[in-house]
Amino acid sequence: MQFAPHTDDDIRSMLEACGLASVDELYDHVPAAVRLDRDLAIPQGLSEMELVSEMRRLAGRNRNVDDVVCFAGGGAYDHYVPSVVWALAGRSEIYTSYTPYQPELSQGVLQALFEYQSMICELTGLDVSNASLYDGPTALVEAVNMARSATRRDRVLVSQGLDRRYLHTLESYGRGSGYRVDTVPLSNGVTSSPEMAEDVAALVVQHPSFWGNLEPVSELFGAAHRAGARTIHVFDPLSLGVLRPPGDVGADIAVAEGQVLGNHLNYGGPYLGVIAARSQDVRRMPGRIVGETTDVEGRPGYVLTLQAREQHIRREKAASNICTNQTLMAVAATVYMSWLGPDGLSEVGSRCLAKARYAAECLGNLSCAELVWPDADCFKEFAVRPDRAPRDVQRALFEAGFLVGPVADDESLLVAVTERRTREEIDRFVKAFEEAAS
Amino acid sequence: MSGVGAPVRTTGPPLPATLREASRPGRRACSFPEMDVPAVEVPQDHRRDGRVGLPEVSERDLVRHFTRLAQINFGIDTGFYPLGSCSMKYNPKVAETVAALPGFQRLHPHQPEETVQGALEMLWRLERALCEITGMHRATLQPPAGASGELTGLLIMRAFHEKQGSPRAKVLIPDSAHGTNPASVTLAGYRAVQVPSDSRGLVDLGRLEKAVDDDVAGLMLTNPNTLGLFEEEIQAVARAMHRVGALLYYDGANLNAVLGRVRPGDMGFDIVHMNTHKTFATPHGGGGPGAGPVGVTERLEPFLPAPVVGFDPEGERYFWDSDRPDSIGRVHGFCGNFGVLVRAFAYVFGHGRDGLREVGERAVLNANYLATRVRGAYPLAYAGRPMHEFVATAKRFRSHGVRAMDIAKRLIDLGFHPPTVYFPLVVEEALMVEPTETESMETLDAFAEALLQVAREAEADPTPLREAPTTTPVRRLDEAKAARELKLRW
Repeated sequence: MQFAPHTDDDIRSMLEACGLASVDELYDHVPAAVRLDRDLAIPQGLSEMELVSEMRRLAGRNRNVDDVVCFAGGGAYDHYVPSVVWALAGRSEIYTSYTPYQPELSQGVLQALFEYQSMICELTGLDVSNASLYDGPTALVEAVNMARSATRRDRVLVSQGLDRRYLHTLESYGRGSGYRVDTVPLSNGVTSSPEMAEDVAALVVQHPSFWGNLEPVSELFGAAHRAGARTIHVFDPLSLGVLRPPGDVGADIAVAEGQVLGNHLNYGGPYLGVIAARSQDVRRMPGRIVGETTDVEGRPGYVLTLQAREQHIRREKAASNICTNQTLMAVAATVYMSWLGPDGLSEVGSRCLAKARYAAECLGNLSCAELVWPDADCFKEFAVRPDRAPRDVQRALFEAGFLVGPVADDESLLVAVTERRTREEIDRFVKAFEEAAS
Repeated sequence: MSGVGAPVRTTGPPLPATLREASRPGRRACSFPEMDVPAVEVPQDHRRDGRVGLPEVSERDLVRHFTRLAQINFGIDTGFYPLGSCSMKYNPKVAETVAALPGFQRLHPHQPEETVQGALEMLWRLERALCEITGMHRATLQPPAGASGELTGLLIMRAFHEKQGSPRAKVLIPDSAHGTNPASVTLAGYRAVQVPSDSRGLVDLGRLEKAVDDDVAGLMLTNPNTLGLFEEEIQAVARAMHRVGALLYYDGANLNAVLGRVRPGDMGFDIVHMNTHKTFATPHGGGGPGAGPVGVTERLEPFLPAPVVGFDPEGERYFWDSDRPDSIGRVHGFCGNFGVLVRAFAYVFGHGRDGLREVGERAVLNANYLATRVRGAYPLAYAGRPMHEFVATAKRFRSHGVRAMDIAKRLIDLGFHPPTVYFPLVVEEALMVEPTETESMETLDAFAEALLQVAREAEADPTPLREAPTTTPVRRLDEAKAARELKLRW
């Protein structure tokens, strides 16, 4: 493959115009000691046909969720992605463009992002959204930094119901930023009353939790507010057609993994970091934000705004270092949310709720397994404790044609049921589970 | 020539109404199968009241809306996009085809390892190739963007020094550096200390040596640097850093210039981040996704984010290696922007060793050719030979009341995406031009002619520059008003 269009004649006349005799002369000023005096140890290039064959071979060594029925969750879900989403987000005028630094040439992406921000505000009941972050866990890191900047405090309390991947990501970045992370234990599957103190910058609660359970989030956030902390809600965007939104349960900042909004599973990325907050924190928001304004003729148009927060202006004092974000995933999410509309959003939520309940009841009735939190309410995911080691059960189920997980701890694994799963699939899955677990 | 007094009107197509304005109660696009399990009530205290304010539109409405938005957006597929520092090269279509294979696109991140051997093999081979290209020992593919790679690299730097006894306090940065560098330094818990450029536009070695002490953790550098110039004294720079036990960090923004010709590891760099959406042509998506793999030398390997891909040659089996006690931990929720890495793999192995070297050579040739064609009207900010991009200055037009931004906007009316303007900050009225290797001599000639035409206009009658653009859906937008009267949602 080669996409440079130069003919030999082109190269000759271009070199001549530069007063050079050879391509090597372009590198004459590079010290000989640092020049590579051999070929790269990478195979010779491939034609497109050969490349496609090789990629098909690699892809063919994987079993994907079209080969098995997907009951896996833990932060990535097999929701239906309608054809229209990538037919539109896949328009090359959008996906081959850069960050919209020249707004007059970028009104398409800018308007799409303005609509994205608007829909995220509608969804969350909060005042302001940015134009996207990398993924859920890194969005939480940014939210924690906002809370620290707002409170000038350095300790973060996170519920033990928070997905460990979020906790681990928070801890990695904390090594540089110097905040401390403490956990609040669970009691009967939901977060217990936190011991708040004057040094706590934020309380982080995932609701529905990693375990799938609905949390007493209003009470938890109330306690945090009384101690002067910011409240951070890690939410599931597709729960918000049926569950009270972050803005209604007392969240100051809400973050989410936006993969569920029209993005493919992609083995973990690219996904979509969603963040929304109240007006009080708008100047602490990280990343790109699109605003509406007018042009010299008074016509409405869109620009990147509040750039004084950002790294290219503020440099070492910036709110965040983010530059490239996940705009394309945000555009896909915008198409998906519009495809759903208000009715579709509650339809997806109701179906997840009903199908997860149906699956949980069936699995709970098996003699070889029990629900980890039988008394908790769940949304689309729940934890099961099989008689056999969960990793063995996961493998056996895969062989039987079902993907479950992740393995949540030594004893249990998660089962997620999206709107895509049919009763017939759930019945077959329960049967296979019984065989795998006993 | 524009008439005096007659107001200029844009001739561009109008913006579509927002989806909220297009919304009609009861209209919908989605459909669902018959419900096949009993309905469940949401517990009272968790139930949302009322409907969410999402648009109610038909699928046809959606298609026309986003098609219109695409049509008023400029991408590489639309035309020449010489945005300096961004390597806006052609994005091969085959990369989209292979990334959409269900065997990549439909993989769940919690699948057991033995069911994703092809994905792990792909990641392993990509890591090996990126290490070979940069002269590094091992790499992490987790960081989802360049800035994320920077922070990852700096956290590795911090972990390394901590293991030696002290994290140290300062990181040095050239005054021409991209804004993400100092921002990442702060997030890594360091203080950014600026090092000035000399009269050649290179790091001032004397001033650097004065700034170096044993409280310096490292230096972040691009090479070629942000002015498009090769740091010829790079070995002396590396010696100055290593002498006090500090590390040298390579910002890979400009890696395209030296592919297959010069490797950061051979220049003495210890940590390297790459931008796949620049060097390896993964589409930038209007602002992302990217991917920012980070390579390190052997002594820094223990600190890489966990997990990394492992390979067991006995069993010919790939696996996730999570048992890494000195690791800085996780920097992404899963294993990075996998779908982007598939495209980067296709680019690297599609081009192969000669192809990659030619990519670099032709990028440098194109930049030099274009610089030669326009430097009479737009002098280069520094005298040295440009590599894959050049920084010119438009300051001589200031006496005609013309700024770099006016030139940029006029280029839009002539059919081109403008170069980067006002960056790097050390150059007055900077125009930073990066043509990339995928542009033909004819395109470069046409762009050069346009730039020269704009220079003539600037001197004769700059009205078309000041009024530009007039061919777009909107004309110049009031950014001050946007920040003053915040309207961030409908």
